[in-house]
Amino acid sequence: MAPRLEVRNVSLKLHNKNTLQNVSLQLEPGCIASILGPSGCGKTTLLRALAGFQPVASGEIYVHERLFSKAQFTLAPEKRHISMMFQDLALFPHLTVRQNICFGLKSLSESDQRARAKAVLELIELEHKGEKYPHQLSTGQQQRVALARALAPQPEILLLDEPFSNLDPDLREQVATGVRKILKHENVTAILVTHDQNEAFAMADEIGVMAGGRIEQWDSAYNIYHRPKSRFVADFIGLGSMLPATVLDAHTLDTEFGRLQGHLDPSFACGEEVDLLVRPDDLPHDDSSLITALVEEKRFRGAEFLYKLRLQSGNSVLCYASSHHDHQIGEPIGIKLDIEHLVIFTRQSPLPLGDSP
Amino acid sequence: MKSRSLPGVWFVLGVCLCLLGSLLSAAEVNVYSARKENLIKPLLLQFAEQTDIKVNLITGKADALLQRIVSEGEHSPADLLITVDAGRLYRAQQAQALQPIDSKVLKDSIPGQYRDPAGYWYALSLRTRPIMYAPDRVSPEDLSTYEALVDPTWKQRICIRSSNNIYNQSLVASMLAHHGESEALAWSRGLVGNFARSPQGGDRDQIRAVAAGQCDLAIANSYYLGKMLTSGDTAQRSAAEKVRIFWPNQEGRGVHVNISGAAVARHSKNRASAIKLLEFLVSDDAQRWYAETNFEYPVKAGIRPSEMLENWGKFKSDILSLHQLGELNAQAVMIMDRAHWK
Amino acid sequence: MGTRNEALVPLGFPQRFRQQKSNLGWLFFAVCTALLLSIPVVTVLYSVTLPTSDIWAHLRSTVLADYALNSLVLAVGVCLGTSLIGITTAWLCSAYSFPGRKLFSWTLLLPLAFPPYIIAYTYTGMLDFAGPVQTSLRTIFDWEYGDYWFPEIRSIAGATLMISLVLYPYVYLLLRTAFSEQSSSLREASHMFGVGSYKTLFTIILPMARPALVAGLTLVVMETLADYGTVHYFGVPTFTTGILRTWFGLGDRVAATQLASLLLLCVFAVILAERYSRKAVRYQNPARVQKGWRYPLSGIKAIAAIVICSLPVLLGFVVPALQLGAWTLRTAPEIIDYSFLTLVINTVQLAVIVTLIIIAASAVLAYGKRVGTHFSIPYTVNLSSMGYAVPGVIIAVGVLLPFAWLDNALDAWLQQNLGISSGLILTGTLISLAFAHVVRFMAIGLNSVDASLAKIHRSIDDAAQLLGRKTFERFTSIHLPMIRGGILTAALLVFVEVTKELPATLVLRPFDFNTLAVRTYELASDERLADASSSALLIVAISVLPILILNRSIIQSGVVHGAQT
Repeated sequence: MAPRLEVRNVSLKLHNKNTLQNVSLQLEPGCIASILGPSGCGKTTLLRALAGFQPVASGEIYVHERLFSKAQFTLAPEKRHISMMFQDLALFPHLTVRQNICFGLKSLSESDQRARAKAVLELIELEHKGEKYPHQLSTGQQQRVALARALAPQPEILLLDEPFSNLDPDLREQVATGVRKILKHENVTAILVTHDQNEAFAMADEIGVMAGGRIEQWDSAYNIYHRPKSRFVADFIGLGSMLPATVLDAHTLDTEFGRLQGHLDPSFACGEEVDLLVRPDDLPHDDSSLITALVEEKRFRGAEFLYKLRLQSGNSVLCYASSHHDHQIGEPIGIKLDIEHLVIFTRQSPLPLGDSP
Repeated sequence: MKSRSLPGVWFVLGVCLCLLGSLLSAAEVNVYSARKENLIKPLLLQFAEQTDIKVNLITGKADALLQRIVSEGEHSPADLLITVDAGRLYRAQQAQALQPIDSKVLKDSIPGQYRDPAGYWYALSLRTRPIMYAPDRVSPEDLSTYEALVDPTWKQRICIRSSNNIYNQSLVASMLAHHGESEALAWSRGLVGNFARSPQGGDRDQIRAVAAGQCDLAIANSYYLGKMLTSGDTAQRSAAEKVRIFWPNQEGRGVHVNISGAAVARHSKNRASAIKLLEFLVSDDAQRWYAETNFEYPVKAGIRPSEMLENWGKFKSDILSLHQLGELNAQAVMIMDRAHWK
Repeated sequence: MGTRNEALVPLGFPQRFRQQKSNLGWLFFAVCTALLLSIPVVTVLYSVTLPTSDIWAHLRSTVLADYALNSLVLAVGVCLGTSLIGITTAWLCSAYSFPGRKLFSWTLLLPLAFPPYIIAYTYTGMLDFAGPVQTSLRTIFDWEYGDYWFPEIRSIAGATLMISLVLYPYVYLLLRTAFSEQSSSLREASHMFGVGSYKTLFTIILPMARPALVAGLTLVVMETLADYGTVHYFGVPTFTTGILRTWFGLGDRVAATQLASLLLLCVFAVILAERYSRKAVRYQNPARVQKGWRYPLSGIKAIAAIVICSLPVLLGFVVPALQLGAWTLRTAPEIIDYSFLTLVINTVQLAVIVTLIIIAASAVLAYGKRVGTHFSIPYTVNLSSMGYAVPGVIIAVGVLLPFAWLDNALDAWLQQNLGISSGLILTGTLISLAFAHVVRFMAIGLNSVDASLAKIHRSIDDAAQLLGRKTFERFTSIHLPMIRGGILTAALLVFVEVTKELPATLVLRPFDFNTLAVRTYELASDERLADASSSALLIVAISVLPILILNRSIIQSGVVHGAQT
């Protein structure tokens, strides 16, 4: 089966800056992908290039093997059959919910429009709000209407541009999960752009991490978190810290917690000084452990504490402990290293604390 | 969008009307007039009634009207141009917008100094610009000439309107013609030095200021006094009654006179009608109308002016040939600029 | 009418993207419209390239400095005056509640109905030395000339006051809208930090409303600089009187248009400088607007508020209207006849035609500015609205020269090739007259439509486009309904302005086409103030109705705008 979307080596410049550099990606039908990255990384520009608002300088964009964009050619956005859900929703304030939804359905007969609008309204569970105006709805309801409007014309691809950023952080994941359910139900191919990794984890089958106009890694959520391919991805996704280590052989690493066995990236030579990515969940709190570290900072997270600990070597690491293990700052606590994936990078000092935004 | 198609509709409509208009042009004459509508329309209506020639009128500033005639070129619909001073007729002649008319009626009616020697334009009425004074504060014996108004005894006692006004421009032009540039400049400076207030308002305002005691003398066109005396407004009437006219320079060249006049446009399509209208405007009836309605003096010899004008007395008027006023107008304005006459 | 917030940019997207091909049709149309409307201004500016006459040396050495200084003083004075009245009243009516606030909020717009020259004539009639006020003072106290001091109404200060009294509604109107779009939580926040009301106004509220204030003052300055009637009557030599003096008095039309160009270039420079200084700051209103909270005033403060708000209404509308009414009662039987019906019909007809054209052209241009991304487009569009700063007579020349040339060229071509004569098709018709008015008042329509378009986030355009709508369809289905309020405002303001325009452009009119303004001006300039009052009062009456509608529409659109954000 041919990919729904194929982006080949797309580059473009804005304000004389390389905003996108050799971006390539493929999306299978029905797949939900997320482009994750800090602001200014080019993710919105990529989205706009897909929508046709932004011509590309080189490379090609294909949808269903049909050429959408290449240098000197940009298929007009209105001819692409691509939908988009906007950050500010962009609902038409002078149209009712139903009129908003039917706006993209003008090629259908009136009865077909009515039927489709009804179906979509049911999907978002707002059957009775069809005659309301957007400003008469709550923010969450407006969000669903914007989704419904984008879905109504059954687009080839749905683009979502940080659509949940107006919501409270605790609501976001819940809404994102709900939206995912709807998208899966409709079997929509979608790309979500966001800087919030929880949103991406909740929504996406595949995640692309972008930085400086490049896609750093395109992978499953699990791999992005546990097998980051670059220091940037490791840094940007999740919490973690870097621990100095030495490569002993193809499977062994020497750290201050002792020797660790596992699969190592073969490009590193024996004896090379490296940094090991240690996630907080790799360092369970264990009162019986012989290795202790001093509590430097702590954050209460409800079910657990996030401790920042100072090791005897002077390095800092992060560690989760369930919330009934309440330790004071300055107190030594026992920890053990229980690491499954050995992710190592070339040594780089001093080590920043990987605290994601 | 409804509103977008409308200009188009109007355009087409306009073109149709124009074509229709040109087809139906039976007997008509088109007048571009710098005389205000209410000071010319009644006469035009009378003419239309007498002759069955339709008269179309637009009014405006003389120079703007002239610009329109010049721009329109050979297709200009203008037949007759009416102005309220000789200078503008001279300018029109210079711009080659006029044609000479040879009419016995006109020549017989209008004295030589009130028409162009070559027949390019003809005066319709005379407008005198005498001195007006408050008899309770000024004795007519103290007044003599325009030139004498620069005497220091009149310091802060004279009111006159701004130099933007054509009547003042021709007054200074007449000074230029009689005395030359340096004397005209000195006179303007002297007059400005005697102003009771910075020039403002129109001629009526000067007369009212004299009546109210803000100044003792004013220079204003006589017909404004006539209009005030017959005004429905009691305040204006009583103000005008406190003011008398003095005819200056009677020993010498005479009081400064300008004209309202008319000329036939160069590309006139209705030349015959235009001449007919011109002749009508100097007919006895029309001449009397100027005197009775607007208190201007008839240009035609032998027409008795209205009773009020007779009461103001006979006077000698400056026989300076009028086209000189036109020639010297720009220079006069420059002199007033230099004299800081606002 | 809203703020001219070009700075309102969509939240997430980088600002500029390259031109989309699908917009080129509209853009072409817009640029053509802009160029067509720029013809008169360009004709005026073209005079700069013509050889200068020695009149320039004379002007420089005598009056030019006076013209420039007086125009500057007048413009600055009117800006201060209209700001003072406009800001205070708009602030009082939006931030406080006091008895009569609702009444003031619309009556404060009424002075807009008065043409500046009419209010000038009226006040002079009342206040000059020979007028009733001073005459009664002299009678009562047995004073003579020189015994007492009385402010001279016919002075530059008087002109400033007169023009400010009728133009402040522009500032008031725009600021009131801007204030109502600001969240009252801003005021509350400021109050909580213990900052006083005045300080809040000057440190928070006004800086945020700067685009609105500037848009209002731009209109005010342009109208002030183009004013001829008032300054001419008051004997204040400004650029405008100088332009006409140079033409009519010195007989040098070219030098006069060159003077007008100089004035235009100054205005253009000021506008550009202001734009540039504003570039760095963004005026984004908060997404959700807290509304409705007004600080209640009572006692002496409430009385002060009432006095402050009633003064402009009394001085700018009630007093002159009463004076006109009194004159009309006296002169109406002689003056009013059947011809008045024609005058009213002509006036309304012209105003309606001009309004419709301006609205259509403004929509084309403002939307063109929105979809066009080339840097030259805003300049072209703005050039077409510069006519507002040019005296009407000069606009008339700017229309007359190219139109007459076109007519004659067409005629010559037809005669040569087809042997028929087309004569004058444009010159001397309602078309050229309407066109001159359109050029003169384009700024008002464009400003208003542009401002309401700017309030629509660009994501709305993108959404409509992705849902399959082309440039034109997007405009008709989305923008047009959303800017109805702005269009109505533009229409009403233009209608009022055309109704009261000093009839300088009327040298272009067809034969026997008279309007109320012509009648008024001819009688007034013949120094028959009382006789002119009937038609003047009719102008005011015709203008009041749209102003009332305008007020209603703004109150309603305020609700809509509040809801859409």
